[in-house]
Amino acid sequence: MEVMAKPQYKGKRYRLAKPELLAPAGNLEKLKFAVHYGADAVYIGGQKYGLRSNADNFSFEEMREGVEFANRYGAKVFVATNIYAHNEDIEGIEAYLKKLEEVGIAAIIAADPAIIEVAKRAAPKLEVHLSTQQSTLNWQAVKFWKDEGLPRVVLGRETSLEEIAAIKEHVDIEIEAFIHGAMCSSFSGRCVLSNHFTDRDSNRGGCCQSCRWKYDLFEDGRSEESWVSEESMMEQAPPALSPFKPGLTQIPLFQPEDNPFTMGSKDLCMLEHIPDLIEAGIDSFKIEGRMKSIHYVATVVNVYRQAIDSYMADPEGYVLKPEWVEEINKAANRPLNTGFFYDTPDHEDHIYEPEEKAVPYDFAGLVMEYDDSTGTAIIQQRNHFKPGDEIEFFGPEGTFFKQKVGSLEDESGAPLDAARHPLQLVRMKVEQPLKNFDMMRKRKG
Amino acid sequence: MIRKPELLAAAGSVAEANVYFEAGADALVVGEDRFGMRLPGSMNPDHIREVTELAHASGRKIYVCMNNLMTNDLLADLPDYVKTLGAIGVDGVEFNDPSVLTSVKTIAPQIKLHWNAEMTATNYSTANYWGSKGASRVILARELNMDEITEMKPQLQVEAQVQIHGMTNIYHSKRRLVQSYMAHQGRPVGDEENLGKERGLFLIEAERQEEKYPIYEDVNGTHIMSSEDICILEDLHLLMSAGIDSFKVETLLKPLSYNEKVLRIYRNAIDLYAADPNAYAFQEAWMDEIRAIQDPERELSFGFFYKEQVY
Repeated sequence: MEVMAKPQYKGKRYRLAKPELLAPAGNLEKLKFAVHYGADAVYIGGQKYGLRSNADNFSFEEMREGVEFANRYGAKVFVATNIYAHNEDIEGIEAYLKKLEEVGIAAIIAADPAIIEVAKRAAPKLEVHLSTQQSTLNWQAVKFWKDEGLPRVVLGRETSLEEIAAIKEHVDIEIEAFIHGAMCSSFSGRCVLSNHFTDRDSNRGGCCQSCRWKYDLFEDGRSEESWVSEESMMEQAPPALSPFKPGLTQIPLFQPEDNPFTMGSKDLCMLEHIPDLIEAGIDSFKIEGRMKSIHYVATVVNVYRQAIDSYMADPEGYVLKPEWVEEINKAANRPLNTGFFYDTPDHEDHIYEPEEKAVPYDFAGLVMEYDDSTGTAIIQQRNHFKPGDEIEFFGPEGTFFKQKVGSLEDESGAPLDAARHPLQLVRMKVEQPLKNFDMMRKRKG
Repeated sequence: MIRKPELLAAAGSVAEANVYFEAGADALVVGEDRFGMRLPGSMNPDHIREVTELAHASGRKIYVCMNNLMTNDLLADLPDYVKTLGAIGVDGVEFNDPSVLTSVKTIAPQIKLHWNAEMTATNYSTANYWGSKGASRVILARELNMDEITEMKPQLQVEAQVQIHGMTNIYHSKRRLVQSYMAHQGRPVGDEENLGKERGLFLIEAERQEEKYPIYEDVNGTHIMSSEDICILEDLHLLMSAGIDSFKVETLLKPLSYNEKVLRIYRNAIDLYAADPNAYAFQEAWMDEIRAIQDPERELSFGFFYKEQVY
């Protein structure tokens, strides 16, 4: 990362309150992990009106359970109702929002006034947070939404830290910003590639990520006159024009050995810049990824929780710990960058090479029980592991150590040569004390 | 004789404005790249004044496109620009960002406001919401189908504008994607090199070799356009009988002569329908005229008018 000149807003701290850490929760289990690992709030999708139509979305009953669980930790649950509605969507909005209010949802994240207005009228206990899908980038637009009664705006991902600080200076409102995860490379909501390529409506949750497909870039070699001329305009019934010779008139702007063109962006990671985010006045730090795994959510939340707490405990003495960066990389699906926070992304911020999807680590097991007298733990299997494997334990209350898997037993005490079965309970010796909900991960391969 | 819908086109210069008015446009969209997106040309206030005078001399209208997603920096320039437009007497401003709405309402409230959010203007309720905030027209998303448009119309408390011809924007990023790609290849684009609309750049997706998607960069970032041109001519009567108020011909990335011809054809169709809806009949010869001047690499299609989308 290039060293930046100190932005002007430095030294003017608008808010000393601790920012909210807001995590994605694709299902009830992920919600519980996100909250247990330190999220102050989680956002989920319901059965309707969300932008992840093929995610494992929540029923109202699951929402109720999620809210109860979160409330025990003092955490809140938000629901993404962030589509741009079509006429046919409108009728059910009121009943849906009332139900969200009834099950204890704290806020909806909405982009479309068709949804926002109904929420304000019919479900007044639901806060309305303006979604990033509105691409709000300036303080007057933020002020407009504040005047409309919204307590929070999620800014467009194109806003820089300096712009955010200026927005906070002009408008007294909560500002939420994405700080980690995958990004649309377009302005959010301003992309209908999916609609054109596959008839899937991106702004109603059908996005097929065409921005990450591969394209060839050409320059048109035809002159304008070659396919439409003044002469042809004059003629009543001109002969078919076919000056175009396929293959001859398009000039490739790439060499055979070059990677193809793509719009795909690297993923956002602001872990190394927590003080800047807090000093710019961002009230809620949002992690992207309702489709991501439990391991991902737990790892990322755990790291940001530690970094934020560490900064708030002692802003002057704060130092970024290298192990946090290492941890984040264990969950990263793609190379990371800082988005638009410091400058407009360039060629180093896009992924032209073939993507290696593999996350380097697997979630191997979940700690269900720890027996201090024997130094053993009962682990619920989440991925194959066997004696001799190098593993790591981590958890929200400071668990963090590596060891090798020793001998394994099943529940009845019979020895096992490996933990092969999903959700199988396995007892093993561990080198340090563990807590329930601690996780065990294993390097892949 | 029924109330005629407006025939609208985008113009990038005074010369284009003259041609399009001559061809039968009732109104033109013009503007400056800083505030408006994907204009066929950037016109300064002097030129906007000139085309406004030209328009008003024959009872026609000028709308200024200001549908950009504004940044804090641009806010400083908004009041003066809006004040100038008010003094010029333009008939309407197209907005997307609420900052433009607020600015026009406070500085030049006599200017009509048209809500232009492109792909996110997808339902009547939201259109009416912006109507309640001061907009008098919604510019409907090109991704809506015919049923959605015609069913929506009676529910609208604002005028409806529909694009009936030309290409559409399908992707807009603040990033410089062409520059970035060239730099990645080790052939960075020089300061003088043009990546704008005039360059004729296009993308081909690996599994869609027949489809060419124009791409260009300007002050607002990178724009990718549809590989087909909408042409609703054959079914224009459906939109006219539904009472759509304004029909837009998108002139972007097309030769002047093409746009002129297309406008004349739609002008004729609208006039014939308005004169006697019952006697109106689409004529295949009109389509033949358009096909004769159509870029053979760009299909004429109904866009999303007859598509069912899933999600």
